[in-house]
Amino acid sequence: MVKSLVGELVKRDTRFRTGFILMIIIVFMSILSFFSPVDPYSTYYAPVNRPPSLKYWLGTDSRGQDVFWMMTFALKNSIVFGLIAAAVSRLIALLFGTISGYIGGKTDSVLMIINDSFITLPVLLVIILIGMVFRRLSFFPLAIVMGLLGWPWDSRLFRSQILSLKERKLTYTARFSGMSTFSIIFKIYFPHLVPVFLSTFINNMIWSLGLEVTLSVLGLTNLQLPTIGTTIYWANQHQALILGVWWWLAAPIAGAIILFTALYLLSVSINEYVDPRIRYQQGSF
Amino acid sequence: MVSGKVVGYVIGRIFQCLVVIFISTTVVFIIPRMATDMSPIESAISRAMAQGQYTDPRAVEQLRNTLEVAYGLEGTVFDQYIKFWGNILRGDLGPSFSSFPTPVMDLIRNSLPWTVGLLLVTTVLSWVIGNILGGIVGCNRNKRWAKGLEVTINALRPIPYYIMALLLLIVFSYILPLFPSGGAYPIGTVPRRDWSFFADVLKHAFLPGLSLLLVGIGGWFQGMRTLVSHIMGEDYVVYAKLANLNKKDVFSNYIMRNAMLPQITGLALQLGMIFSGTLITEIVFNYPGLGLLSYNAILRSDYNLIMGVTILSIVAVSFGTLIIDLIYPLLDPRIAY
Repeated sequence: MVKSLVGELVKRDTRFRTGFILMIIIVFMSILSFFSPVDPYSTYYAPVNRPPSLKYWLGTDSRGQDVFWMMTFALKNSIVFGLIAAAVSRLIALLFGTISGYIGGKTDSVLMIINDSFITLPVLLVIILIGMVFRRLSFFPLAIVMGLLGWPWDSRLFRSQILSLKERKLTYTARFSGMSTFSIIFKIYFPHLVPVFLSTFINNMIWSLGLEVTLSVLGLTNLQLPTIGTTIYWANQHQALILGVWWWLAAPIAGAIILFTALYLLSVSINEYVDPRIRYQQGSF
Repeated sequence: MVSGKVVGYVIGRIFQCLVVIFISTTVVFIIPRMATDMSPIESAISRAMAQGQYTDPRAVEQLRNTLEVAYGLEGTVFDQYIKFWGNILRGDLGPSFSSFPTPVMDLIRNSLPWTVGLLLVTTVLSWVIGNILGGIVGCNRNKRWAKGLEVTINALRPIPYYIMALLLLIVFSYILPLFPSGGAYPIGTVPRRDWSFFADVLKHAFLPGLSLLLVGIGGWFQGMRTLVSHIMGEDYVVYAKLANLNKKDVFSNYIMRNAMLPQITGLALQLGMIFSGTLITEIVFNYPGLGLLSYNAILRSDYNLIMGVTILSIVAVSFGTLIIDLIYPLLDPRIAY
């Protein structure tokens, strides 16, 4: 299902293709981090504030680090971060959405009130509060916390999908041919949810990565670990712009723009594919 | 018109809103109590001390006591919980730790007008601009200028907000010194009620406002464009066009009127979110609203202040959606209770 979806979109949609290529570049950069000659935690192994050159492709920063290799680590960590947050939140959203959509009635009302309560929580402030309570949030806990807070919008989406699937003929056919509830949900419904799952997965990655940049710029994350956000934090701390070390800020900004553009293009393209009206128009349901 | 059913719905909806506020505020109550290694009070005090400012020992002792009272950390968790609600219902969010003993409510009251002023204007403006542009582009999907506009607006969307704000500041304040680099009014002036002060406020709000507009328009634009391009295919629009009705009438009464409804719900949520402030905007542009207040609260470990702003935001968002749900039938005659 996923494979055919990706294949079809690559063939048909320029935006998807562009996004896909940009994403490959980002992934390639982050894989390079495993072959890095430098340790991301060590500093002052290179001369400081050198502009981009043949030896240091993206220059060096005021902490004596090679910006190119630091960016490979930053991109890797940012992607891993987004993947964890999105995976955790998808799991909760899927559970909440399917259960409340499928069972309906009182269970549905109760679950949806809990759902709406999480929608009203101001996520940034709550994460800041959690960060203050536990001093500083390190990488994995922060990703998990974002997962725990990032699901309520999408669980509503899953719920409405299930609600509409429930009324369709395929449910009755399955029910009357003796399928159990469990296998109806897993075998009949889930394949239908895949496109929505993918597009919300990517959107959630955009959201959590944006929050990570915000929190890091504020200095609330684990600042030793290179990510897009912490790189900007250190560049700001060392007043890179005033010193004219522009490449130190330009690298993470360019990385962020490429990464976000790639994710955005992928999600828009999948989203349009999800909309049945557009699919019907193109006759490929 | 007002039947028992309507009253029943309204009461049910208000009840639901209160339950939502109750649950999410409870989550906010639980978070500080999850600290395993250290009580929030000790960690707040040690953090406050670590800032290197001189603190009077008596003030520390008083701080500890008020912290216990403010957190409601004396007694069992259940007692604490009851007290927590008692305080909130009286509108008392406790004292601020960083500017002790000023009540959190007073600090919020001072910052709120700046944030609400800035965000109200930019949220409504970006909603209006985004929807109108989205509607026009949706109606003229195949024209070249419409495609160009769409690509431009979409190109702005994936840029992380912080980076956009920083770029605006660098370009329009340092490279081309057209606008002040921060603050809400010139340093050294006192807020007055006259035109020159108002003009200064506008000039200071321009860059933060522009950054919020640029980020805000994209979402509304995309949503509206999609909605309108769906409605364009509906039978009644096709019929109206075939009947050769006035194009402007078709656009505003047939297309926009219908596409507007989902967007209004979105606007209500967005307006509710005004009350959590915009942390990054206010930090980058040094704008003295709720966001900057929260930022200072983070720097000085002022839990009470953060909790106060959080709770305020929860209440605002919940009431925002409640109000929009209640007035929705006025906007959409198809919906009846």
